[in-house]
Amino acid sequence: MMTTLTKHPPAAAHKAPQRPGRGRRMAKLRDVRIALLFILPAMIGLVAFCLVPTIRGVYLSFTEYSILGEPEWIGVDNYTAIFQDELFWNAMAVTLQYVGINIGLQTVIALGLALLMHRVAKSTFVRGALLLPFFVANVVVALLWFWMLDYQLGIVNEIISWLGLPRIAFFGSEQWAIPTIAFVNVWKHMGYTALLIFAGLQAIPHHVYEVASLDGASHTRTFWSITMPLLRPVLALVMVVSVIGSFQVFDTVSITTGGGPINATRVIQMYIYQKAFGESDFGYASALSVILFVILALVAFIQMKFLKGNESDLD
Amino acid sequence: MKKFLGAVAAAAAIAISLSACGGGGSTPTTAGEAKGEINYWLWDSNQLPAYKECAANFTKANPDIKVKITQRGWGDYWTTLTNGFVAGNAPDVFANHLSKYPEHAAKKQLLDLNEAVEKDGIKLDIYNEGLADLWIGQDGKRNGLPKDWDTVGLFYNTAMTDAAGITAEQMASLDWNPQDGGSYEKTIAHLSVDKMGVRGDEPGFDKNNVAVYGLGLENSGTGQGQTQWSFLTGTTGWTHTDKNPWGTKFNYDDSKFQETIKWWAGLANKGYMPKLETTVGASVADNFGAGKAAINTNGSWMIGQYSSYKGIKAGIAPTPVGPEGKRASMFNGLADSVWAGTKNPAASVKWVEYLASADCQDVVASKGVVFPAIKSSSEKAAAAFEAKGIDVSAFTTHVTDGTTILFPITDNSAKVDGLMGPAMDAVMSGKKDAGTLSEANEKVNALFKK
Repeated sequence: MMTTLTKHPPAAAHKAPQRPGRGRRMAKLRDVRIALLFILPAMIGLVAFCLVPTIRGVYLSFTEYSILGEPEWIGVDNYTAIFQDELFWNAMAVTLQYVGINIGLQTVIALGLALLMHRVAKSTFVRGALLLPFFVANVVVALLWFWMLDYQLGIVNEIISWLGLPRIAFFGSEQWAIPTIAFVNVWKHMGYTALLIFAGLQAIPHHVYEVASLDGASHTRTFWSITMPLLRPVLALVMVVSVIGSFQVFDTVSITTGGGPINATRVIQMYIYQKAFGESDFGYASALSVILFVILALVAFIQMKFLKGNESDLD
Repeated sequence: MKKFLGAVAAAAAIAISLSACGGGGSTPTTAGEAKGEINYWLWDSNQLPAYKECAANFTKANPDIKVKITQRGWGDYWTTLTNGFVAGNAPDVFANHLSKYPEHAAKKQLLDLNEAVEKDGIKLDIYNEGLADLWIGQDGKRNGLPKDWDTVGLFYNTAMTDAAGITAEQMASLDWNPQDGGSYEKTIAHLSVDKMGVRGDEPGFDKNNVAVYGLGLENSGTGQGQTQWSFLTGTTGWTHTDKNPWGTKFNYDDSKFQETIKWWAGLANKGYMPKLETTVGASVADNFGAGKAAINTNGSWMIGQYSSYKGIKAGIAPTPVGPEGKRASMFNGLADSVWAGTKNPAASVKWVEYLASADCQDVVASKGVVFPAIKSSSEKAAAAFEAKGIDVSAFTTHVTDGTTILFPITDNSAKVDGLMGPAMDAVMSGKKDAGTLSEANEKVNALFKK
């Protein structure tokens, strides 16, 4: 994170003095070998757990495959079926709704928390406490809120009812389910996101703020004209990572609503899971995964391009 | 350079050992030799102690065979099992369900037990009627040996019925019809109480502020409605499929079915039953335990749980008598199956035969948790329940009176549920009319025309 803003990449410091021709090439060759050796363990993981499954997934998306037995090649049939599948379009709409609420809330809250951490809450304890929800396992967080928000027995509804307000079916009503799930995940991830942004804030040199205050800029003006532009590369990275994660929401849905009520929370990952492991339709599920993969690649590309995440205004 | 080569060799060794950990394992025993260790899976934690005892007795009688028992919750059980089939490490023997085995059989994952039954002279008439035949596939293969059975009944909070002046005799003689709900609906209405203490059948009942619902709601029951609605539809002469087992046409477009669902969904509108949206969360039984509902319809495997809530005494009544003058209950029979890919078929078959014998089923019966498949063991289980002070005649009456309807055994059951779940939810939540179930039925039946 920090290195994205470092003006002088550490590698530059290690540049050895120029050596004459042959020796230099030998040294370079040795460097490559040693580099490969260090890359190898990660490479094995990448090939075995990412590359091979991805290629196999793409292959399976063109087949009918029930996991037991052999995949049967059916061309693009899965894809044509998907585009006519109401549940797929429903899943996309539900997922987008979730991503919108989740990312919107999370980024704003995390930015606010980061500013507080930067300016006000300087104690390590408070900063650490903000991260606590992130340390709890996803499943535990989901179950915790599932129980607290239960319609009949949950403490939140007991309080609402005690205040004389009507109980709310947080996970059971079609209107509330997605916002509730989005809220649970915001609660879990906001501390971590804030920490990332906080790191970005610390990397903004102090002197630009001094200049701004010398020029008599207000706090709001400083925020919009200094902090935000200089924070942009970090925000871009945070957005890319959190949007990709958000599109892949699964555990919270699986633990709580399982895709219901009716189809209100059947997010794309849930739909893929149900098709594959519920209905043994691995070919169709693979095709759905490939589509999600393409969408995510596009989203990441557009975000990086649009937010210019790979360059900094400090240069 | 030497150092470098050494490092590469080390890395290669790590890589090889990493890739090797996926395979290997125990050395396979040759078929026919009944010894070694076998794996057995089941999903019900309540039954784990009983089967541990069975396994210990079995190993005492067959010192060469050890049985390792693993229990997994229902949710994980089936996906882990399927993954095990593919990865080649599925359990040798496992508890199986009627809604799941057709797919296993179609994928040739189950060992045919016909040969073993013949060779070892297993008597199939010791089991309750029909239970053994449920496990014969379309190809005539025997996919499991009967383990236990269950029916559905009404669990009710006796303190609430007492307060409402309803006797146990009245609870045991309810009748129902899809038009006005009969005395079943009247009782449910009378047991519903709003925040001000007004009963559901009294004027001024506030259906939007209900303190106790007459009837609890688990969920919409998807396409089977085992504990939710099948005990009602079954009394109208309606059946899930054109024939059972192995039906290929579902009847969700039948007016008898749709009328029943319409009546049932109507209870929520009247404030006699919670709305569907409130059921996502705590289980229907836990809501009963918290005093939020007076009656729950549930299966006999839940007797233990309903009896264990502190401060609540649960009575059990049989399901109501329907328009055709009889009660009805789905009759579900579980079995133990042997995985076709077992490395130790001889020991596995021996274990599955032991599980299906009175030796083991009497042990299960003595714990008083479920009804074993063997008739004599079933009776022992009823006695064990009785000793705990629980009258289970509401469940056994269906078997003695012959009012059971079989669990629908079909292909594509996961896909049928995938279609019927959302369709039933839409009707139960009042979003759609019961008539829309005909559209869902068309989609369901299209699955069988491929």
